[in-house]
Amino acid sequence: MQLFTCPFCGPRAETEFHFGGDAGNLRPGGDSETNVWTDYLYFRSNLRGRAREIWMHLACREVFVMERDTVTHEVHATEALAETAAGEHRP
Amino acid sequence: MTRHYSAVSLLKEGLNAQRGWRPAWRSPEPKPRYDAVIIGGGGQGLATAYYLAKSHGLRSVAVVERGWLGGGNTGRNTAAIRSNYFYPESTALYDLSLSLYERLGRELNYNIMLSQRGMMQIVSSPGEMEMAARMVNAMQVNGVQAELLDRAEVKRRVPIFNFGDDARYPVHGAIWQARAGIARHDAVAWGYARAADRLGVDIIQQCEVQAFLVEGGRCVGVTTSKGEIRAGRVGMAVAGNSGALAAKAGFRLPITSYTLQACVSEPVKPIFDTVLVSPMTGTYVSQSDKGEIVIGGGLDRVPSYGQRGNLPQLETVLSGLLEMFPVFRQLRLLRQWGGTVDVTPDSSPIFGESPLPGLFINGGWGTGGFKGIPAGGTVFAHILATGSHHEVSRPFDLSRFRSGYMIDEAAGAGIAH
Ligand SMILES: Cc1cc2nc3c(=O)[nH]c(=O)nc-3n(C[C@H](O)[C@H](O)[C@H](O)COP(=O)(O)OP(=O)(O)OC[C@H]3O[C@@H](n4cnc5c(N)ncnc54)[C@H](O)[C@@H]3O)c2cc1C
Ligand SMILES: [Zn+2]
Repeated sequence: MQLFTCPFCGPRAETEFHFGGDAGNLRPGGDSETNVWTDYLYFRSNLRGRAREIWMHLACREVFVMERDTVTHEVHATEALAETAAGEHRP
Repeated sequence: MTRHYSAVSLLKEGLNAQRGWRPAWRSPEPKPRYDAVIIGGGGQGLATAYYLAKSHGLRSVAVVERGWLGGGNTGRNTAAIRSNYFYPESTALYDLSLSLYERLGRELNYNIMLSQRGMMQIVSSPGEMEMAARMVNAMQVNGVQAELLDRAEVKRRVPIFNFGDDARYPVHGAIWQARAGIARHDAVAWGYARAADRLGVDIIQQCEVQAFLVEGGRCVGVTTSKGEIRAGRVGMAVAGNSGALAAKAGFRLPITSYTLQACVSEPVKPIFDTVLVSPMTGTYVSQSDKGEIVIGGGLDRVPSYGQRGNLPQLETVLSGLLEMFPVFRQLRLLRQWGGTVDVTPDSSPIFGESPLPGLFINGGWGTGGFKGIPAGGTVFAHILATGSHHEVSRPFDLSRFRSGYMIDEAAGAGIAH
């Protein structure tokens, strides 16, 4: 069992977490073109190696960013979404 | 030199101390140019090469594989073959595949050990029984034979299943497809490889595609660990690595890579003779010819390229197994492994030209592309030879994610594999 660190609750079993998607995949504005919506809804970076992802800790319901290696499963960092939000919003 | 496999050649080579067997395929160095280059030496890539040579007469075809043949998911899967899908588009694809499988051993002159032992999908509540009837009707309307079994019939066929009063998921009946079954997964890859090689296809192993050659906005070849290879058309069939390769071509795909794991027990005496899945536990089982119980289940919940598998999911699968077959409590596991599967939002594969012209995709098979190998190879060869869709592959074009015309089999058939 791998431990992930919730920025709010500390290290917890991986089964308490739910994968949310690529970090930085922001919802487009309502008048965006179909292609933009398609990209947002379905297309994924699916990085091999180091990736920034959104996860939810199901116990406290908080959403946060986890930086993780998708090959080795090593977790580099986890941080609360609020701290990174400014960075993620840059296109 | 003995090339053809038959009882006579077995006898002949037996008398000859087995000295005359020809290698099943050559290991050539890549040529500078081919009409078609296929990336990925799994079942999909090898079948595509075979049909390109066989059905479309292409004589200059290469398969480029970074590891060894079938070393990806084709050699790691649990080998369930079936066509019990819900939507007509899926039926057209998977039933074509099953029909091709039924004559494949003969066609390839290679024993793929196809065993049509049937597949039983357990139904665990009256409500689900109604959905099962709908599923069986849909299959029959689509021209695929299917039956709804009642509890007594399930008990007669699989008496070791958990029919106890305290069963967490009581048996109400089952969906039965008699033509479903299993085959030897390695043999499917090797059989296609051998047959393709005999038609002149170059199969190049230990050769990784590292980048794409792009001229005037078109893909005109690949850069590999064995040098540059130019091609009239390039096809990729790299399963879980589709996303990583797409990144090198400069586009993204509606694919997320997850680990799917499986395990086998020590060999035991023959104890049940179908492929059996319980959607409620998510676990599915068959017994190999050697006697091992082959056990699979759902995806790991963590996106991964790791090819290993996590313990929590293994525990879920095995607790499902024990719920289904209490008699397996004493069974010892022999091996566990994982493969990287390419999961799409609608659990259906993707075929067609990629956003980079000249580069074509066969991918997104997720947890179920072994059964799709003969059909996937057939339609992808058609696409690579003609540059346009086969009638069976057209609904599976990448454009469905834009048009919204999904073929959602996770919702339709309710099964992942
Ligand atoms: C545990 C498990 C159980 C499964 N059970 C079933 C089942 O019961 N029934 C079913 O129908 N399906 C099942 N599947 C799914 C099935 O195995 C796959 O969908 C199918 O094998 C895909 O075939 P493929 O040829 O596309 O991919 P693969 O066999 O994975 O082949 C892709 C190849 O591409 C190569 N490659 C990748 N990147 C590069 C590169 N850059 N350069 C060169 N080569 C590259 C890889 O080395 C690999 O050999 C299962 C999968 C797993 C993991
Ligand atoms: Zn928390």
